[in-house]
Amino acid sequence: MGIRFILMVNKQGQTRLAQYYEWLTLEERRALEGEIVRKCLARNDQQCSFVEHRNYKIVYRRYASLFFLVGVDNDENELAILEFIHLLVETMDRHFGNVCELDIMFHLEKAHFMLEEMVMNGCIVETSKCNILSPIQLMDKTS
Amino acid sequence: MNSFFSGTRLRDMIRAIRACKTAAEERAVVRKECAAIRTSINENDHDYRHRNLAKLMFIHMLGYPTHFGQMECLKLIASAGFPEKRIGYLGLMLLLDERQEVLMLVTNSLKQDLNHSNQYIVGLALCALGNICSAEMARDLAPEVERLLQFRDPNIRKKAALCSIRIIRKVPDLAENFINPAAALLKEKHHGVLITGIQLCTDLCKVSPEALEFLRKKHTEGLVRTLKDVVNSPYTPEYDIAGIADPFLHVRLLKLLRALGQGDADSSDAMNDILAQVATKTESNKNAGNAILYECVETIMSIEDNGGLRVLAINILGRFLSNRDNNIRYVALNMLMKAITVDAQAVQRHRATILECVKDSDASIRKRALELVYLLVNETNVKPLTKELIDYLEVSDQDFKGDLTAKICSIVEKFSPEKIWYIDQMLKVLAEAGNFVKDEVWHALIVVISNASDLHGYTVRALYKAFKTSSEQESLVRVAVWCIGEYGDMLMNNVGMLGVEDSVTVTDSDIVDVVEIAIKHHASDLTTKAMALIALLKLSSRFPSCSEYVFSVPSIPCNSIRLMFFYHRGTAFFLSCIKRMRFQLRIKDIIVHHKGSLVLELQQRSLEFNSIIDKHQNIRSTLVERMPILDEATFTTRRAGSLPAAVSTSGGASLNLPNGAVKPSTSLLVDLLDLSDDVPAAPSSSGGDFLQDLLGVDLSPAPTQSGTNQVQKAGTDVLLDLLSIGAHPVQSSSSTTDILSPIQNEKSPIATLDALLPSSSLSAQATSAKAAPVMDLLDDFSPSPSKPEDNGSVYPPLVAFESSSLRITFDFSKQPGNPQITIVLATFTNLTPNVFTDFIFQAAVPKFLQLHLDPASSNILPASGNGSITQNLRVTNNQHGKVFLAFTSKSIVMRTRISYKINNKDTLEEAQINNFPRDL
Repeated sequence: MGIRFILMVNKQGQTRLAQYYEWLTLEERRALEGEIVRKCLARNDQQCSFVEHRNYKIVYRRYASLFFLVGVDNDENELAILEFIHLLVETMDRHFGNVCELDIMFHLEKAHFMLEEMVMNGCIVETSKCNILSPIQLMDKTS
Repeated sequence: MNSFFSGTRLRDMIRAIRACKTAAEERAVVRKECAAIRTSINENDHDYRHRNLAKLMFIHMLGYPTHFGQMECLKLIASAGFPEKRIGYLGLMLLLDERQEVLMLVTNSLKQDLNHSNQYIVGLALCALGNICSAEMARDLAPEVERLLQFRDPNIRKKAALCSIRIIRKVPDLAENFINPAAALLKEKHHGVLITGIQLCTDLCKVSPEALEFLRKKHTEGLVRTLKDVVNSPYTPEYDIAGIADPFLHVRLLKLLRALGQGDADSSDAMNDILAQVATKTESNKNAGNAILYECVETIMSIEDNGGLRVLAINILGRFLSNRDNNIRYVALNMLMKAITVDAQAVQRHRATILECVKDSDASIRKRALELVYLLVNETNVKPLTKELIDYLEVSDQDFKGDLTAKICSIVEKFSPEKIWYIDQMLKVLAEAGNFVKDEVWHALIVVISNASDLHGYTVRALYKAFKTSSEQESLVRVAVWCIGEYGDMLMNNVGMLGVEDSVTVTDSDIVDVVEIAIKHHASDLTTKAMALIALLKLSSRFPSCSEYVFSVPSIPCNSIRLMFFYHRGTAFFLSCIKRMRFQLRIKDIIVHHKGSLVLELQQRSLEFNSIIDKHQNIRSTLVERMPILDEATFTTRRAGSLPAAVSTSGGASLNLPNGAVKPSTSLLVDLLDLSDDVPAAPSSSGGDFLQDLLGVDLSPAPTQSGTNQVQKAGTDVLLDLLSIGAHPVQSSSSTTDILSPIQNEKSPIATLDALLPSSSLSAQATSAKAAPVMDLLDDFSPSPSKPEDNGSVYPPLVAFESSSLRITFDFSKQPGNPQITIVLATFTNLTPNVFTDFIFQAAVPKFLQLHLDPASSNILPASGNGSITQNLRVTNNQHGKVFLAFTSKSIVMRTRISYKINNKDTLEEAQINNFPRDL
């Protein structure tokens, strides 16, 4: 499957966006998010961006106050996922212009639409920022 | 602008939630909002429907239940407008999952939308289907998706491709329908379609061997060309990352090539050149390039052998390993683990670097490196590697010690070249991180120590020294206390000195010091304390030279007078006796101190031990004899969990010493368990608790008294069950228990230790049933040992059962030369004036016995004793002559059921026969 979930969490450990590609109950999600956030946020900049948790890996990257955490299968290419996180941020940046935590909070559905164009069922759909953003811009224009 | 996107209320809610200082405030805001949304849903408010849903998504993200909004999603999906549909589908993907029944309702809407004229709506439906589709939906909608794989717009094709992945994962049977359309996608130029098509093909290869074969034959060449094009493509700003065109596509292509090349020489051959090109030409100064190199190395390692490429790949990994970027080092370690199966030699060359990584400050890297080192260890390098790891154990982080310890122990156990090295390393680990050592590990250590008889002295001295420095490591303390109890005398007398060790001067009081520290340490748990208590009892008889004389004169009350008694033997002897006496008194003091322990187990044991020391000098030394060598094979199998504890009664021959004392052998250990572990329902049994073997006591904190009552009940229940189920005579019962065996104990003068065991109460109860006086075995024990039982005697006939209507007598005989088998001639006599018809006698025995019933002489029993039925029973006692800790061989017990008809009326009688002569 590749990607199992994508989380955006701020420095305080509050979830700002959560997209799961496998079903977890609400309780499992809360527990999982808590554990991961505790593990990842405790690490410093020099340490590597990969954390093993349960039976999968978390690839994470920090942008200002926001952590992007991606849970992947063990056979996934960690470096490519790291690059993907960067692509995701650049895409959001292009849309929101200097994206920050609040943009994602107040435009949660748009962030989800973007994610939807990039990842589906745990696989990468599209890597071109233009292609990702064009349907969203189209909709902004019509509505 | 519609209300949702200007959405002041949504904004307000988010602001309100952000303003919350505490979790309680947040909950309150969310509760209020949810209430409002519910009302709005109930009023069927169309205008605010999708604003409500947007709010619900936010609330859902915060981790609150939102199930009440699920129907709203469906309504929005069913509406006509694109914005409504869009938010509806998003809600569907976030709030619902494939397991919910509601999802069934959406299949129809999805079908319509997949056929919609607006391609954006088709895209939405595909996306939703790809994320949440269930097996049923997959079957229903597969034709639509298949068709959409050829749709004119590439944005639809790429989504249809990923949707197909979901479908073939849910229903692998559908895979063959997708092979051709998927293969067609591989020729696309559009990167989105290409990357999704490649992923679809990779998945097809996983689920369908035909697809793999087909793609291998027809498309390997094409894929190699595609990769070549991508690698050599001119600058494309849209896909360029750090000077590389679309690294994601590279990675996916390499993944698919890996799937095709694995186990197939031809296709592997076809991709050699391009792999070599990627491995040599890719820039490795940026993350994107490294991601490709990393994938390329994995592909090279997985496809069929090509020496040159592998050297290239290993070199890349070597470069990665020496990189300063931790991410790169992490993936290098990760990949070396895969490489080790391909080329262990090459990986061994990097051993030094990998060992350095074990000591890294980053937990993820350490973990990877440790796993790798574990794979690198073999017979030749185990010593230096273990030394490195143990040295590092001293300085490692607390949270890493657990992993590290487990791995070291496992390495040491697996590759240890000799016992002394094993013991040395384990002692180091115990001293350094004893608290992290798992129970099985120190149990195994004790088994090894027990087996290395030439190292007993060495080990106990080493443990003594280690204890002096690291008495806070619980497992070390336990092993030390056990060994001191067993081999304490060797510690003092420097027995079995090896050339390498320095002699230590240890006095008996030093030894007791150690045990006392262990038992008094505040952090010691029950197990340690109980082990220490037993060690004390053992120590009390490890130096028996004169103490026994001293204590065996109970008629002289005062200790100093006792000493006077020995004065004439000389001053030196006198002094040593004083020393010995002090030693004994200290041990006794500590034991007595624990008589007041609040822990029932300790209290009970100390009472018993005290009583042994006080009153039962003559048996003490036999009681606390050195443990027999623990059986390694038994322990290993038990550890593997394949056998329940009580099964392993291997080779338990015992030895009757001339003086009537009994030297227990291995079976004793097992039998100890039998007393409590055999019964499935026994509350204190913990499935082969090795500790029980080691200690001979039941350490479970459950109150022993109530525990044994249940044990007995469970035991008899089993017997009863056996009888009530079996309509035919039960020849040998397999799941009854041995717990009834101590029944005869009151005859045995050396049944004392029985009282130490939980079963004592049981034996007392069983005896009282026979109206025999219940003795306090410990206190009323007469010191003169009786004559050993005579095995060859003739057994008197026995009235096994007598009721108002029926009497059964048993006559016993033995086959010469086969003492295990007893022939029982049962004679049934009718005491009533009525004839018994359909007379059936059934019997069951515990599992250490085997019972064979011969046919009865008749099934009609004449009235008033005018004749009788006889029936032969052959009982084989597997445990015959074996003597257990209970100091009695197990004798026969039998449960019987007699059914017959009087005037065609069924009658049933049941009885337990346990007054069989001993030593049958």
